[in-house]
Amino acid sequence: MTIFYILFLFMLVAAIIAVETKKLLGSVICIGAIGFGVSLMFLFLRAPDIAITQIVVEILGLIILIRATIARDLTFISGDREFFGVVVSVVIVLVIFLAGVHIFETLPEFGTPIFAETTGSASQTYISEGFQKTGAANIVSAVILDFRAYDTLGETTILFTSILGATVLLRKKSRKLLGEVDA
Amino acid sequence: MSGMTIIVKTICNWVKVLILLFGLYIILFGHATPGGGFAGGVILAGTYVLIMLAFGREAVEKNLSPSLAGKLLSVGAASFGLIALAGFLFGRDKFLWNFIYQKWPDFKFLGGGTIDLAEFAIGLVVTMSLYLVIFTISVYCRDFKCRDKQCDIPVKEREQN
Repeated sequence: MTIFYILFLFMLVAAIIAVETKKLLGSVICIGAIGFGVSLMFLFLRAPDIAITQIVVEILGLIILIRATIARDLTFISGDREFFGVVVSVVIVLVIFLAGVHIFETLPEFGTPIFAETTGSASQTYISEGFQKTGAANIVSAVILDFRAYDTLGETTILFTSILGATVLLRKKSRKLLGEVDA
Repeated sequence: MSGMTIIVKTICNWVKVLILLFGLYIILFGHATPGGGFAGGVILAGTYVLIMLAFGREAVEKNLSPSLAGKLLSVGAASFGLIALAGFLFGRDKFLWNFIYQKWPDFKFLGGGTIDLAEFAIGLVVTMSLYLVIFTISVYCRDFKCRDKQCDIPVKEREQN
């Protein structure tokens, strides 16, 4: 249990540095440190599937962020806009904090899922009959590609559509044509 | 001469095959061990990103052109949809039914029936989409720098201003 507190402290320090530092590259690296901390936390919570996905996506996201921010200038907001931004952030953080306290009070104790005790619940059926019904030994694969495959289909459609939109908007040809029309 | 130094290029030449094989392994054994289509697809895309960072964009463009990547992306998405529709056709009106394992257990592919096929499809979609993201961002960055009027000023002077 102490390992979670150590990781939590590490991620908290990294988050504060990421917000407070003046260098954009250092901020991006601190965000990467937070991601790796999350990945380690998933590993210690015995969720290797999510840990693998988290660490791999974190690496690619870090590359994209560095690639996108390395040649950019920092823009500082000051004056009335800064005051407005600070007020809005404080209000949002306070609301989320109060909601989080309320939610965590109602959660069952750590390590004792509430569905383990009720008989005939969906998660118990997945665990006990998942292999016979799907033939996949990895229960996570059985859930995301058989029991809840509709969710994965929607996820894939969203990925496909968003990448299609990004490629169409950002490709080289359209930029050249746009320049010709403007000139 | 685009790309990084010769040290990075040599290491990249050694390592890229291992990363590619590991990504394929994660996709192939997603039904039995941790991992799956999404994680394996991201690792496969990471191979292309490594080559793109080490050798420059042109080396990757020669290997896998963006138009081919877009076609493969469409093939992956369409095949997942067809797997879902096949469950509807062969099964008893069940969308996304695991029809291979339930109906013909002898023909189950690696063990999971449609689960393995769907993992291949998702792996293809994720690989090609993330490859296209990185590729598009690199093209966009170059165009943006050229269009940026401050580009002629060196970076140090820009920071001082």
